[in-house]
Amino acid sequence: MATTVHEPSRLDPSRAPDHGNGGGGNLVPADSDRRLALDYSPPPSSTAIWVVLFAITMMFAAFTSALVVRKGGSGDWRSFKLPSILFFNTLVLFASSITLEVSRRRIALFMGKVQEQVESPTRWLYVTLCLGVLFVAGQYVAWSQLRGEGLYLATNPSSSFFYVLTVTHALHVLGGLGGLIYAIRKLGKSSLRRSTLEAAARYWHFMDLLWLYLLLLLWVKL
Amino acid sequence: MHDTSAQAVQHHAPTSFIRKHVFSLDHKVIGKQYYALALAAALIGMVLSWIMRIHLGWTNAAIPGLHALSPNGAPGGVLTPEYYLQLMTMHGTIMVFFVLTTAPFAAFGNYFLPIQVGAEDMPFPRFNMMSFWVTFIAFLVLVASFFLGDGPTLGGWTQYAPLNAIGSSSGPGQGLGVVLWMTSIALFCIGQLLGSLNFISTTLDLRVKGMSLMRLPLSAWAWFITSCMGLTAFSVLMPACILVILDHLAGTSFFVASGLVLNDQVIPHSGGSTLLWQHLFWFFGHPEVYIAIVPGIGIVSHILLANMRKPMLSQRVLIYCMGALAVLSYMVYGHHMFVSGMNPVSALAFSFPTLVITIPATITVLIWVFSLYGSRLRINSASLFALGFISMFVSGGVSGFFLAQPSIDIMLHATYFVVGHFHMVMGVAAMFGIFAGTYFWFPKMSGRMMNETLGKVHFWLSFAGTYCIFMPFHYLGLVGNIRRYSTFVDDFLQPLIPVHRLITVAALITGAAQLVFVYNLIHSRFWGKPAPDNPWEATSLEWSTATPPPWDNFGGKHPVVYHDPYQYGVQSSVGDYVMQASPEQVKTDHEEK
Amino acid sequence: MGKFFAITILVIAILSAIPIVMHTWEAPADISTHGHLIDEQMSETMAEAGISFLAAQLLLAFFVWQFSNRGTETKLKSFPGGAKALVIAALLVVGVEVLALGVFGVKAWADVYLIPPSANAMPIQVQAGQFAFYFRYPGPDGKFGPLHPERINEGSQEFFGLDKEHDVDSRDDIVTAEMAVPVNKEVHLLMHAKDVGHSFFVRELRVQQDFVPGLDVSLHFTATKIGRYEIVCTQLCGLGHYNMKAYLDVLSQDDFNEWMKKETAMQ
Repeated sequence: MATTVHEPSRLDPSRAPDHGNGGGGNLVPADSDRRLALDYSPPPSSTAIWVVLFAITMMFAAFTSALVVRKGGSGDWRSFKLPSILFFNTLVLFASSITLEVSRRRIALFMGKVQEQVESPTRWLYVTLCLGVLFVAGQYVAWSQLRGEGLYLATNPSSSFFYVLTVTHALHVLGGLGGLIYAIRKLGKSSLRRSTLEAAARYWHFMDLLWLYLLLLLWVKL
Repeated sequence: MHDTSAQAVQHHAPTSFIRKHVFSLDHKVIGKQYYALALAAALIGMVLSWIMRIHLGWTNAAIPGLHALSPNGAPGGVLTPEYYLQLMTMHGTIMVFFVLTTAPFAAFGNYFLPIQVGAEDMPFPRFNMMSFWVTFIAFLVLVASFFLGDGPTLGGWTQYAPLNAIGSSSGPGQGLGVVLWMTSIALFCIGQLLGSLNFISTTLDLRVKGMSLMRLPLSAWAWFITSCMGLTAFSVLMPACILVILDHLAGTSFFVASGLVLNDQVIPHSGGSTLLWQHLFWFFGHPEVYIAIVPGIGIVSHILLANMRKPMLSQRVLIYCMGALAVLSYMVYGHHMFVSGMNPVSALAFSFPTLVITIPATITVLIWVFSLYGSRLRINSASLFALGFISMFVSGGVSGFFLAQPSIDIMLHATYFVVGHFHMVMGVAAMFGIFAGTYFWFPKMSGRMMNETLGKVHFWLSFAGTYCIFMPFHYLGLVGNIRRYSTFVDDFLQPLIPVHRLITVAALITGAAQLVFVYNLIHSRFWGKPAPDNPWEATSLEWSTATPPPWDNFGGKHPVVYHDPYQYGVQSSVGDYVMQASPEQVKTDHEEK
Repeated sequence: MGKFFAITILVIAILSAIPIVMHTWEAPADISTHGHLIDEQMSETMAEAGISFLAAQLLLAFFVWQFSNRGTETKLKSFPGGAKALVIAALLVVGVEVLALGVFGVKAWADVYLIPPSANAMPIQVQAGQFAFYFRYPGPDGKFGPLHPERINEGSQEFFGLDKEHDVDSRDDIVTAEMAVPVNKEVHLLMHAKDVGHSFFVRELRVQQDFVPGLDVSLHFTATKIGRYEIVCTQLCGLGHYNMKAYLDVLSQDDFNEWMKKETAMQ
């Protein structure tokens, strides 16, 4: 199955000088004495994903400061033990980042036709997807365990923040799953751009890092 | 055209009515949709202000139509104290979010940023379309609070805790009204974040050949800087709103402290932090007001340049000033909290950057004013509003000197001095930026010229009128007129009522003048004189293309940029200017250093 | 029309300045010990702001007058010195101005907020709730009894939730709807909110401070002139916000003692 990954060409000299949209297009006309110009624009999805990750970071920064203020402000904070399944979930999410990287390498090999017979390049993407779903399911188990212990959203500020942080993170992971499904579909139709896959991967790894941060925050503060 | 570049255009020319005018992926249509939303919001917000002003002047005035809208809130058309506060809250919320963030940034930015960088559209048109419709739904949710439950929330656009979280026993609108407000604003934040995504990607990644960052027009820079601010600010307000909703609906206590008593009942929430809301809100809130003004700074600069027929003394310095305003805006937010009970030492820490922020603002004004020196200034509706912006920006900014100092804030906090300050910079200057942009860009957007005479009438009435309304606010504040009072019953406030009546008269007249503008817009849209491609002899890329631009902006041809954006005062084959996309080399001593 | 614009700005600038120059809009007479610092700061700022305002508007008016609607053959000029001169001028003039204001304003702020009350300041507690202020004096034992929010009952005038039966310290506490203080005696005002945010503002005393639900906040001041002054709420607290006020009576020591006797009898 032939696939092509569209890539904005870098400094492609064969392109006509007046086709300048986006990548490769910021060259300054030779008849000008201006030196300052970017020779290559990153694909918009690359910029976009950093924008998205920044916004998500700011949101969790707001939640973090709310947690710190709330904990320090009044004496009603009751710590509790984090459900142990969280550590298993962490490993699952970490594994999914690894499988995502494996799938990217395989897809790149397949694209570059380095190995003619690479097995279905989508397989490892599906594995990542499954691990992601497993993570969310595991989080659900954690929430059920807490409810079983009588710790609900409003029980105590500590449990409030636990739910707010983990549920918000899980919702964003679901968004990441959506991105992976989008990549899988595009790959199936032979129209997946490398920049799209890269963006989806960056987002996914960020979810992993974010989870490690949240786990640390909850472990230290709760 | 084979697109080998990044996903610059993901849609083809629309064919159906729905695709052309309703669920459009075209940034130009989305820009116009935002403009229409802002216009509707502005008219609603203005009518609310009329009702407020009439009530402040004449407490027992029966206002026609109000009884029908809310028999409880305005029995017989006379406002109850709570309904005054509810209308005041909606006035502020609608104006700040749905007018001042929407028109200068989302409306004009969506329409013109892609064109000014030379692109065919923004890189994520579906997200762009989503951003408008999410904003529109946010507006509907907000307006719905007029008609549901016991009305809108009455806590002001600042929605301080614990009033915002403690529930309906604290007043009408404090149950469902607050939940609707928080939901609306959270949705608004999402809409703006989707917008910022597109704006940033467009500016960084879709610039056409020859368009280096320093060759971007000042309006493009302003939209780019504003979208960076929005990215940082809206992503903090949204979680704060979510936490308030949880306090209402899920029994959490993020913001409600222990031991509070309403109607002799102890409130079940406990342990929450009152000040937490203020920190989160103002971390967003102060950058928000710069989000409201920075696009205006860019637009006014852009328009003045076209009308001065000479370059600015330094374009680069203006860009740095806009950037400095953006960065500093995050460090000053505590000046809203000087007497809030936060650590008094931090008050001094916030005061210092607040005073320092006057420096880039001053430099901006000086560059404008001294660029006028030696120019060939053309006077038309657009340039009049641009000049009016400068005057208003100075007036509004100067009152900031007072409020930036905590010791003076002791006397001016929560008085009409503050209300005068922010109305002058936001309610007038930012609005003038919108008007200037409208008069300037209407020909390009619609293919027709606006009526100049009506434009000038609109300007003179608005300029004189807004000074008559808002300058007296400062005097009222100096004698201690407290804000957010529905009626003036205190001994020292009663003698001020005649002043309020005069202000109300000015407000009603100025309001009527805005109807001249609306008439001009509508009439010109259908019957205005057909506009040429470049009626102002301006240089940036939007004037290189047809009027109005085709669906892909440049008719399949990509422009190449050869010049800085403001090459006025040169001698070229077309006149005293050379367009950015023109390959003609001209003699000029005004090249950007 | 450019000239007309210039004239309009001139008129607006002058009309705006007149009320300030004529001192017709100023805070009422100062009855505090620290207020003169605030008033001086205010005058200083008014002068600097006023000059900046007038200078900027007049320059704008002048340049629009001179350079609007000139023919296309007229020569374009560039301001000598260019942007560099303006940036340096702004940095120096505005920079020094704002730094001076900031530095000199610290004392006025510190006197109110950073210096603790003296040991023999008279403690008075004030509670802000929708929509009234209530005050509590500790009585002869000098101690405030504990507060019990669940005992608050406005109908039976139990505003603070005191338990005079079980709490010995509460028995001689005096609850009033007006605040009286002896002249020239430092007062330590202990502030708490019953329900939502409120604020305490007395213009003549040059103090303003929010009540923060969940926090005990305090102020201290010394009133220097006998008289009756209004305390108004300045933080939006609900529908009765406009009407939420109390009176501060600054009395001679003898009159204050009389007042205290009267109030004690009414408990």
